[in-house]
Amino acid sequence: MTEAGRAYSYFPGCTLATTAVDYDVSGRAVAAALGLELNEVPDWNCCGAAFPLSADNVMSFIAPARVLIAAERSGHDLATLCAVCFHVLKRSDAYLRTHSEAAERLNAFITEGDYTGRTRVRHLLGVVRDDVGWEAVKQRVAAPLTGLAAAPYYGCLLLRPQEEMEFDQAERPRVLQDLLRALGATPVEFPRQAECCGSTLVVSAPGANRRLSTAVVDSARLAGAAMIVTACPLCKYNLDQAQAGRPSPEQLPVAYFTQVMAAAFGLLEVAGPAFAVEAST
Amino acid sequence: MRVVLDPLALHGAFIREIEAISEQNLLACNQCGRCSAGCPLVEEMDLLPNQIIRPAQLGLDTVVDSTSPWLCAACLMCEARCPKGVDLPRIMDALRQIALRRGESRVVAGDVDPALLAGAPQMAIVGALRRGEK
Repeated sequence: MTEAGRAYSYFPGCTLATTAVDYDVSGRAVAAALGLELNEVPDWNCCGAAFPLSADNVMSFIAPARVLIAAERSGHDLATLCAVCFHVLKRSDAYLRTHSEAAERLNAFITEGDYTGRTRVRHLLGVVRDDVGWEAVKQRVAAPLTGLAAAPYYGCLLLRPQEEMEFDQAERPRVLQDLLRALGATPVEFPRQAECCGSTLVVSAPGANRRLSTAVVDSARLAGAAMIVTACPLCKYNLDQAQAGRPSPEQLPVAYFTQVMAAAFGLLEVAGPAFAVEAST
Repeated sequence: MRVVLDPLALHGAFIREIEAISEQNLLACNQCGRCSAGCPLVEEMDLLPNQIIRPAQLGLDTVVDSTSPWLCAACLMCEARCPKGVDLPRIMDALRQIALRRGESRVVAGDVDPALLAGAPQMAIVGALRRGEK
């Protein structure tokens, strides 16, 4: 079905190792099902969780640079699942490639190796699209998700800035729609699919955060979605919290794209609670 | 009469500080307002995103006291839509950095809601602290 021997360095990141283990587990399972070998980066550390926007403080690039250096040694592309890790690592790599003086200063501080810019940072969703292909995904589907109206929710960090992320169109993305179609589901376009969920404002400005995440959920509901599909643990958390007080018939389940893939591949043990009904019948 | 706006003559040190941190050319902005039209957080901001840039262009450092940089989630919608290639979230971050270097932390680890510490994704806590702590 799929070519053997596709190997990647894999960076789970702090969140997938703790509060979003279900994303990690489902991601590894569907990768294996598609013949993708994920080798966890040895001795990894937090990517930093916020891309350093201040150009006058090179030290904030140490955390992502260490991860990039560790991945470089493996000789494979570096794949991530967390949208925030992908954003931070991809942009840090783009920054250090174009700022050689910053890279030299970092190399002077990091003892276990030098950043040379040889690693390509990828998101697993991009790997599935570009290296596996939708035809191969379709062939792996065991239980097509026929009739499932799923809203593809991208948020911000996967997409923007478009030239640096090299992932999809900044405001009219399509990779999740293509995936959902390959799995037999019906993608439901909705106006806020590439709008912010509130991100880290959940900590620093919770009122504003709730307004944004509620608007995203309502936008998807109004468009007729029965489920929201995401690639980001923070988006999932914010969208779940926005619905926490609602009666359950009014709640839209939020699932990782890897869980939706797992459901279609028949890997129900890792497909998560959104597919629990299908699992028990 | 020809009017020339010279940033060095206006308030050079402040503009140079923002440009050094953000690597953005403040004077590239021509106030078209597309950033504010697309920003999802304008309801909570005291100055709209384009209104943040204008005083900064004129070297007025009172803009550092605005609440808007603290409400910017760096979602980059403005960056995607700016016809002049200005990366406004970098300017917002420069203003946060200048405020933090002058004053107090806006997010303090010990004050984070225990419910968040227990349930929120790690990167929400770490990201918020990296943006708002000295």
